[in-house]
Amino acid sequence: MNAPLLDVRSVAKAFRMHLRGGLELPVVRDVSFAVAPGECVVLGGPSGVGKSSILRMVYGNYGVDAGAILVRERETGALRDLGAGDPRAVIGLRRGSIAYVSQFLRAVPRVPALDVVAEPLLGRGIARAEAQARAAAMLHRLNLPAALHGLPPATFSGGEKQRVNIARGFLTDHPVLLLDEPTASLDAENRDVVVAMIREKLDGGTAILGIFHDEGVRDRVATRIVDVASFSAGRGRPVADTREARHASP
Amino acid sequence: MRTTAMTAAATPGPAYNFAYLDEGTKRMIRRAILKGIAVPGYQVPFASREMPMPYGWGTGGVQVTAAILGPADVLKVIDQGADDTTNAVSIRAFFRKTAGIATTTRTVEATIVQTRHRIPETPLAAGQIIVYQVPIPEPLRFLEPRETETRTMHALEEYGLMHVKLYEDIARHGHIATTYAYPVKVEGRYVMDPSPLPKFDNPKMHRSPALQLFGAGREKRIYALPPYTDVRSLDFEDHPFTVQSFTEPCAVCGARNVYLDEVVTDDRGGRMFVCSDTDHCGTRRAEATP
Amino acid sequence: MNADATFPGAASPDAADPILSVRGLEKRYGERIGCTDVSFDLWPGEVLAIVGESGSGKTTLLNCISARRAPSAGTVSYRMRDGVTRDLAALGEAERRVLMRTDWGFVHQNPIDGLRMRVSAGANVGERLMAVGDRNYGRIRATAADWLARVEIPADRIDDQPTAFSGGMRQRLQIARNLVTHPRLVFMDEPTGGLDVSVQARVLDLLRGLVADLGLAVVIVTHDLAVARLLSQRIVVMKDGTVVEEGLTDRVLDDPRHPYTQLLVASIPES
Repeated sequence: MNAPLLDVRSVAKAFRMHLRGGLELPVVRDVSFAVAPGECVVLGGPSGVGKSSILRMVYGNYGVDAGAILVRERETGALRDLGAGDPRAVIGLRRGSIAYVSQFLRAVPRVPALDVVAEPLLGRGIARAEAQARAAAMLHRLNLPAALHGLPPATFSGGEKQRVNIARGFLTDHPVLLLDEPTASLDAENRDVVVAMIREKLDGGTAILGIFHDEGVRDRVATRIVDVASFSAGRGRPVADTREARHASP
Repeated sequence: MRTTAMTAAATPGPAYNFAYLDEGTKRMIRRAILKGIAVPGYQVPFASREMPMPYGWGTGGVQVTAAILGPADVLKVIDQGADDTTNAVSIRAFFRKTAGIATTTRTVEATIVQTRHRIPETPLAAGQIIVYQVPIPEPLRFLEPRETETRTMHALEEYGLMHVKLYEDIARHGHIATTYAYPVKVEGRYVMDPSPLPKFDNPKMHRSPALQLFGAGREKRIYALPPYTDVRSLDFEDHPFTVQSFTEPCAVCGARNVYLDEVVTDDRGGRMFVCSDTDHCGTRRAEATP
Repeated sequence: MNADATFPGAASPDAADPILSVRGLEKRYGERIGCTDVSFDLWPGEVLAIVGESGSGKTTLLNCISARRAPSAGTVSYRMRDGVTRDLAALGEAERRVLMRTDWGFVHQNPIDGLRMRVSAGANVGERLMAVGDRNYGRIRATAADWLARVEIPADRIDDQPTAFSGGMRQRLQIARNLVTHPRLVFMDEPTGGLDVSVQARVLDLLRGLVADLGLAVVIVTHDLAVARLLSQRIVVMKDGTVVEEGLTDRVLDDPRHPYTQLLVASIPES
């Protein structure tokens, strides 16, 4: 087997909620797994067990309390610890090595869908015309009508927004791709397109880490399932939607 | 300054020191003048005195004249080029009374010319002094009201703002429409307001053999151009500085290439253009009549 | 989270040494502390947000690092265009002012503080060009027109004074006026603070695009976490004059650690 592109080692995470008297909400502990090129590792387990939190930690969106998240840097081939908390290291890895397709698109006011999709390519120094052409082709493949390409996604339906999000995440050739329920709001036809796109990525050697609640999709793309329940720090008490819990006012 | 024999017209009244100001004040003003001459175009603060005339009547120019006047000097005073307006007549009378000096309307005879708004058409000669009455000495004031800031801008040669003003002119009128108090740069260093002079006269300041002194009474500033100083009017490469030109000659003396005043002759729209410089016009007419 | 969707980033922040380095900065007003013990680096092409509520010291900090106020202690170093890093305190006033009107920009919250309200939009933009010695009217005007277009001000408003402009237009004009000399570092003090929400979105989007296209380094002070999220890659959270938390913007906003940051994040309505 090839050397892993993503290596998660003994990661632990808890939320300390200062607005609730310092209440500590444990999320996961001893999270260890690796993803090799061409693998699609799916995070499994019941809702609230910490799957999304792991994905966010791997992208640097959540900090980690212990352990390391090693990502192979595309430019150098070296493993860098994204979990160490150096913002510039995370920014660098996100630019070239690790991409993320979230469940929801945070729409930027006034930016047309085409530019939202093309933006990561521009960030890599690709000319605007070429980036837009590739973005348009990707949106076309995902059956997003051309009439929508020039409009800001803020007013799109959930499924349309998600396709914009997927196009953006799949357009670049980041070696590590994180997918958070990419097909949740899609109809059967578009789900098939996404499955085909995931398989193409895997054939091309991309390492994918994902969350798929849709069993049909999961069975078609997963090469391995990691049971997150085994990492649960909740001791049988699932941390139900930690994000909401944390952000509620006291 | 002439200090030789007096050809005075009137005897100074006993109540006044020579030229009204006390000697200490005159020395203070002379120090400011000397500093101004040493740093051409730089506005030197001075302790401007109350004069027996209102601000706006030329109190700055009068103080400068008083400080440099000697008993042998011959004084000419013009207002808008004319020797016979109230302002000019009053200031001449003031110095005749307080200094007992001779006065003249003839540019060539004068050793000192005090002026409001004009430089005589007859070129000034070496040894002559022209004293400008200045209302607002700060060329940057129009765009930057803070004195602390304008002083810093002068100190650091930050003169971009002057061109902002000229830009606005061109944007609004298609050409630089500033026709008086047109800013100049002195010896490539200080930007200076030449007092409300028509820009027609700006080229006369450049490398003039006469000493040029500027006094602003209300604003308490004196500045100077020593003889043969480089004085350039600000402009753009593609909108170079030009002076006003008049299509008609002077209706009285026929002079061309002089600055003309418009005179309304009746209430039916009749008007004529005549020399603004009354001495120049009169001299030409006298020469033309055998 | 926005980590996936909104990074400005044409420039490569890894490219070089920091453009601005702040070390142990303190500003006291008598006994009162404006800000203290602040240290950070800013790299070319990077947007750093300083957030906190009124009185947290963020504007004091901005004024100190932009050489508008002298710090009581600590240093601010800037890497000049020639590559030499200089201590701002060691610059002469002339050098500092040249820096401010060429290599730096400063966008004020209130456009009136950053514009000449009595000269035309074109002259407002052209002023910096004239300040650095451009003496060709046609070229200055063409450049001004180009910049007005980039900030979406109609061409036929070039000769109007900002007094005739709406708040959003004034702010966009102020941005153009600052960027015309292609500065490398721009300081912004609540640039969308006084604007209506819809107008804010336009200004933000414009800023976001320009920052990415020009590869600007930006320090932006804001109390609006949404603005910080949209524009910045890194964030510094201030409270009572000190930095309580800093890091990657989406990490700090989605996984805040410090009690004060958690309070700030909890205080904004979900959208």
